[in-house]
Amino acid sequence: MFGIYLKRELGRRKKAALVIALGLALGIALVITVNSVSAGMTQAQDKVLKSLYGLGTDMTVTKAQAAPTSGSSGGPRFNFDAKSSSSSTQSSDRVNTQGGQALASSLVTKVAAQKGVSSAVGALTLNVTKVDGSFTQGKAQSSTSGSSQQGGPGGGNSGSTGQPQVQGGGASFDVNSYSVAGIDVSNQDLGPLATSKITSGKTFTSAQTNSKVAVVSKSYAKEKKYKVGSTFKISGTKFTVIGIATPDSSESTTDVFVPLKQAQTLGDSKNKVTTIYVKATDSQQISTVKSTIQKNISGTTVTTSADLASTVSGSLSTASDLATSVGKWLSVAVLVAAFLVAALLTSSAVSRRVREFGTLKALGWPSRKVTRQVVGESMVNGLIGGALGIALGLAAAYTVTVISPKLTAQLGSTGGGGGAGGGPGGGGPGRQSTASTMEIALSAPVSLTTIALAVGLAVTGGLIAGAMGGWRASRMRPADALRSVS
Amino acid sequence: MYRLTGVTKRYTRGKETVEALRGIDLTIEDGDQLVIQGPTGGGKSTLLQMIGGLDRPTEGSVELDGVDLARISEAKLTRLRAEKVGIIFQSFNLIPTLTAQENVETALVPLGVKPAERRERAAEALASVGLGDRLRHAPAELSGGQQQRVAIARALVKKPKVLLADEPTGNLDEGTRDDIMGLLEGLWHEYGLTFVMVTHDSSIARRAPRLAIIKAGRLTLTEQGGQFAPAAQQQPYGEQQFGDQGYGGQQDGDQQQYARYGNQGY
Repeated sequence: MFGIYLKRELGRRKKAALVIALGLALGIALVITVNSVSAGMTQAQDKVLKSLYGLGTDMTVTKAQAAPTSGSSGGPRFNFDAKSSSSSTQSSDRVNTQGGQALASSLVTKVAAQKGVSSAVGALTLNVTKVDGSFTQGKAQSSTSGSSQQGGPGGGNSGSTGQPQVQGGGASFDVNSYSVAGIDVSNQDLGPLATSKITSGKTFTSAQTNSKVAVVSKSYAKEKKYKVGSTFKISGTKFTVIGIATPDSSESTTDVFVPLKQAQTLGDSKNKVTTIYVKATDSQQISTVKSTIQKNISGTTVTTSADLASTVSGSLSTASDLATSVGKWLSVAVLVAAFLVAALLTSSAVSRRVREFGTLKALGWPSRKVTRQVVGESMVNGLIGGALGIALGLAAAYTVTVISPKLTAQLGSTGGGGGAGGGPGGGGPGRQSTASTMEIALSAPVSLTTIALAVGLAVTGGLIAGAMGGWRASRMRPADALRSVS
Repeated sequence: MYRLTGVTKRYTRGKETVEALRGIDLTIEDGDQLVIQGPTGGGKSTLLQMIGGLDRPTEGSVELDGVDLARISEAKLTRLRAEKVGIIFQSFNLIPTLTAQENVETALVPLGVKPAERRERAAEALASVGLGDRLRHAPAELSGGQQQRVAIARALVKKPKVLLADEPTGNLDEGTRDDIMGLLEGLWHEYGLTFVMVTHDSSIARRAPRLAIIKAGRLTLTEQGGQFAPAAQQQPYGEQQFGDQGYGGQQDGDQQQYARYGNQGY
C-alpha cells in the first residue's frame, strides 16, 4: 500500500513534485560543478607545484642567500683581453650556485634521518652565464701627426684636443645563460629530474656518479641542436648528452642535468647542495615533519607545497579563489533555498491533505504510518532531484572539461626548489626569471565522493522536506476527517 | 456497550470558550441503533467524535465495553478505532488517487492484513455493496452514490463492532439517499452492528428506534420504538416525507448495480 499510495500521490502532484525536484536538482548540480571545478583547480595547482618540486616531493629544504659582504660585487666577473683583430672570438663561462646558500651534503643524511621523512636527496642548482664575442682594440689617432697608437681597453676617448684620440675599439658579444642541476643519480625518484620523462636516449645510471654525461631538456636541446651523443662544454669541461628529457609540464627551469658530483666540481661546491628534496612517510603529517626539520636543523628554510601554493597567482589563483569562496557560498545558498522551497511546498501539500490524513487516522492508521507516507513521498522527490542534479552537474563538469578554459599561473619564485629565488646569477637573461608564468588547461573531474555527496544532499533535502511535512501530518487529529473543507 | 457519563467538551478559540457538549449521559447497547439529530453547531458531530474515539472529552468518560476511551493511550485508542469502529463520512473521504479496491484496503492496513488477503477482502466488500465491477475505478470515475458505497465497504471490511455515520446521505440526492439507507439498514441487520448515525434528515430520523436530539450541547433521548428494517413494508423516505410525489421511485445509475441490498422499497 505504501508504494502504491506513494506512486499515485506523486503522479497526482506532478507539478509540485517537479518544482521540488528541480529546485533540489539545481542546488545539487551547482555543488557537483563547484566541487569538480575545485578539484580541477587543485589538480592544476598540483601540476604547477610539481613542476617546481618534482613528483613525490612533499617539501624542500634550502638555506636563504646570505647578504652580500661589503666589497664584493655580487655578480660574475669576466676577463677578456682586447685583441687587435676583430675576427678572433673569445668565450668565457661563469658558474654560480643558484637557489640560495649552499648546504653541506651531510645534511641530506641528517634530514633523511628525521622522524616522518621517507627519503631525502640533495641537488645542486647552478646558473651558467656564457659570454661569447670579440673584443677589438681601439686605435689611437693624432690629428696632427696622423700616427696611430694603441688605445686602452674599451676604446675610450681621451677627450683632449690635440692629443692622440682612440677610435674604432669595441666589443661584440652574446650573453647566454642556462641552468644546470646536479642530481643524485642513485635516487632519481625525487628531485628536479623526477618531473621529466626521458623521451630520447636514457637517464643516468647509479654508476655514472663520476661520468661527464648530461641529460638535457627537450627545449634546450632543440635550441642548441643537441642530440643523444652530442658533446658540449660547461666551463671548459666536456659533457656527452646521453638523454633528452621532456618535462611533464610546460614549465621547467632546468636546462641541463648532470651527476651531482660533476655539478659540485663545476660550481666549486664540493660536498654542497642547494636544495634537499624530501618525501614524507605520510602526506597528512607534512606540517609536523616541516616543524621537526626546522627545529633540528637550524638555519634552513623548509618549503612545503602549501607554502608554494601561496606564491601562485594569476588567473589560476583567481579562479581557485572564486571556486572556493563564491562558488561554494553560491551552492550553499542555492541548496538552502532549494531545501526551504521543498520543505514549504511539502508542508503546504500536507496542509491541503488535512482531511485525507485525518481520514487515515480515523481508520486507525498510526501517526508514524502517516508520517512515513509523507516522508517517503519527499524522499522520492529528493532522489528524483538528486538524479536530475547529478545529470546536470555531470553535464556541466563535462562541458568545462571539453572547453578546457586556459588558466595562467604566476609563480612567485622559481629556481630549482622554491628557495630564496635566484642566486647571484639570477635575474640574468633568458629563462632564469624569479617569476614565471605557466598556462594550464582546466578540467573538472567528478569524483565518486562528489557523487556520494550529491546523493547525500538529495536524501537530506528529501528528509528535511519530509520531516517538516511529516511533523505537520503527525499533528493532525483524526477528527480533522470530519472537517467539511477539503 | 457504550456508556457515556457526564461528557463535556469545550473548545477554546482565542479568548472564547465554546461548550459543544454539556454533561451528556448516554447508554448504547450492543446492536442498538441510535440517530442523532439537531441544529447545526448543536454538537452532533462532536458527540459522534467522542463515541468513535476520534477526540477525547474535556470532562466525563466514554466507555466502550468497559474501556474508557478518554483515558487510554493514543496508541491504544488508534488500535481500537482500527479494530472496532467503522466510520462513514458525509463527503465520503475517499483517497482520490487510490482505486475503489485500494480505498477499501486502507481500512485493513493498520490491522496488518497481508496484501493478498487485503485485496481479496476488499473485493468481497465491494461486491457486497454492488460494486464488484468497479474495483479499479478511481473515486472521480464513480457517482456520489457509488463513492458512498465504497466508503461503506471500507467501513465494514474490517468487520467492526460499531458503525458510525456522519450524515451519510447529506451529499446525495433523494433517490440515492434511499438507496444508501436501504443498504445501511440491510448491513446493520446482517452484521448486528451497533449503529450510530448523525443526520439532518427528519424522514430518516423518524424511522430510528432511538432518537437523540442535541441542542446547545444538551441531549434529549426519545425512544421511538421503531426500527430501520426490515423495511420492505415501509414506504420510501421520500414518500414518507413528501407524500406521493414520486421521489421514492427515482433511481440513479448506481442503484442498478448492487445486488444484495438493492432498493427494497425505500
